[in-house]
Amino acid sequence: MSDPSGQGIPAPEGATTLIDTEYEVGQDNVSMSVGPFGLDIHNPVFAISGLTIVAFVFFTLAFQESAGAVFGDLRDWLTGTFDWFFLTAANIFVLLCLFLIVSPYGKVRIGGKDATPDYSYTGWFAMLFAAGMGIGLMFYGVSEPISHFSAAVAEDAGSPDSWAPLGGAAGNTAEARDLGMAATIFHWGLHPWAIYAIVALALALFSYNKGLPLTMRSVFYPIFGERVWGWTGHIIDILAVFATLFGLATSLGFGAEQAMAGLNHLFGIPVNDFSKVALIVGITGIALLSVVAGLDAGVKRLSEINMVLAALLLMFVLIVGPTLAIFTGFFHNLYEYARYLPELSNPFGREDDNFRQGWTAFYWAWWISWSPFVGMFIARVSRGRTVREFLTCVLIIPSLVSVFWMTVFGGTAISQLVNDGYQIVVDAPLELKLFAMLEALPLQQITSFIAIVLVIVFFVTSSDSGSLVIDTITAGGKIDAPVPQRVFWACFEGLVAIALLLGGGLAALQAMAVSTGFPFTIVLLLACFAILKGLHSEPR
Amino acid sequence: MYQNIMVPVDLAHADKLALALDTAAKLSKLYHAPVTYVGVTASTPGVIGHNPVEYDKKLVAFVAAQAEAHGIEASGKTVVSHDPAVDLDDALVKAGHDIGSDLIVMATHIPNVADHFWPSNGGRMARLTDASIFLVRG
Repeated sequence: MSDPSGQGIPAPEGATTLIDTEYEVGQDNVSMSVGPFGLDIHNPVFAISGLTIVAFVFFTLAFQESAGAVFGDLRDWLTGTFDWFFLTAANIFVLLCLFLIVSPYGKVRIGGKDATPDYSYTGWFAMLFAAGMGIGLMFYGVSEPISHFSAAVAEDAGSPDSWAPLGGAAGNTAEARDLGMAATIFHWGLHPWAIYAIVALALALFSYNKGLPLTMRSVFYPIFGERVWGWTGHIIDILAVFATLFGLATSLGFGAEQAMAGLNHLFGIPVNDFSKVALIVGITGIALLSVVAGLDAGVKRLSEINMVLAALLLMFVLIVGPTLAIFTGFFHNLYEYARYLPELSNPFGREDDNFRQGWTAFYWAWWISWSPFVGMFIARVSRGRTVREFLTCVLIIPSLVSVFWMTVFGGTAISQLVNDGYQIVVDAPLELKLFAMLEALPLQQITSFIAIVLVIVFFVTSSDSGSLVIDTITAGGKIDAPVPQRVFWACFEGLVAIALLLGGGLAALQAMAVSTGFPFTIVLLLACFAILKGLHSEPR
Repeated sequence: MYQNIMVPVDLAHADKLALALDTAAKLSKLYHAPVTYVGVTASTPGVIGHNPVEYDKKLVAFVAAQAEAHGIEASGKTVVSHDPAVDLDDALVKAGHDIGSDLIVMATHIPNVADHFWPSNGGRMARLTDASIFLVRG
């Protein structure tokens, strides 16, 4: 170290096995000025991703009439035809993570044998949780358990038209409740976090330990060798940008729908295209401030605020809701999740087509389309953890938090329906179910307002961390590219969300998330092999 | 008059620092003040090195070359930042404080419209530190 006191270097790196390549970070980048602003972008990843997305948005807006139907059909075709593929791939990711936790590979430390973590557990969890699930938990926390329960208990459960998981439990309230909660937890538990964990581990390993740029293509060096710096790598990175942008836009669309519904519910603000666009513009503005403030001052701080607000709302519902039932329900739901897990994750020979294709396959594709973004973000803040610690924390703890969240929100809603006959929670549209549930609890004006703020802040934390990630990929793995580039991507995400919402509604957003999730699933399966190969060469 | 001179260096653009480096060396000789060259890097692989340790080795070589070329007493300090694109100024201010520098010599660009949105590093440093700042147009 040049500094004899050793100050400034937070952790010694220790032994790693760097990959010997002639490639230098940023060697394919183009530095230029656009007016007074300097840019440092990868050629051709930045241009191709940006222009393709612009063209896509243009056509979506130009053909608004037919776009919604086309997108809806595309989503149904992909999830209907390739449901087995999504389900099988997600199972492989879970099994690989569990294997790595118990295998000797778990001892490998990200960043070198002697590296120490950059962030405390609190900051780390807050960031990975806010980036990974935020808006979704708000949107589906009440609506999904209620939807599965209602479908499972209905008389037509098990018929081809039914959306009940595993054939449902017609007329059997207790069994339908267990099935509804298990199916919900299945979608928010081990599988999504395993998808994130695989991407995050791959990126962290090949960047911090192997010395390759922090970008998706680096993961594939063990498979494609030096070709990852050419078009093979360009395509992987472009796919990662598409997946991230459309995955994010889907969540932003959900966030806008729910926040608007909440504002309408609470303050009577009309729900129309103008108000949705105004909301997205406003929130993108806050996200801009956050990305300009940077990782520590912006993203991390907002994520921590989010966690506090979410915890407050959770505690409130826990205390004023059926407290004892929630606590016992948590363990019971865990048991039911474990009981139904083999059946729910089985890709073949099932008859619950609507549920398997419409819910599970869509979710897996959505998580996968989010994975480059959340994975890269988790990778960036996870240096210094061992593989075992990393996977346990990324896989198990967020899954448990998700189970608890679903138990509190979903369990309370089901209890309101079953015990109190509170039908509104079923009849309300998806985006209003959370507010319908809160309405039946005390202080609903305050809690609904906190819920809206949470949706908005989750919206911001997804948008700002997403901009950081897309900027890194399109700058060839450089994380110190000029700040205007982040601003560009944050604005661009907002524009895509607006265009797709106006053009085809949520169906368009979902279709694009699924469409980009499909090729990326293949990419992730290859990444599993690369991880094993990369870990094998590391000192343990 | 000055006890320690800090010179922030961007090793990826060292060729654009010649005037600032020369100025700092002359001031060092004039006031018999050692120079500390400070580089900021991320923990992820970058243009200069795969990790902070490699970056630091490059900085050490750079410092040695400067000391030999100008005949001055010099040292280096590598600072690791989570987000150097944004946290650069804060990292440099902290480094200057840790080193005890009372003069910072740094290269800067000619002002333009962008400075209204993103203040120049030199301008922001002058606002954040109590050390004297010598901005050298590159």
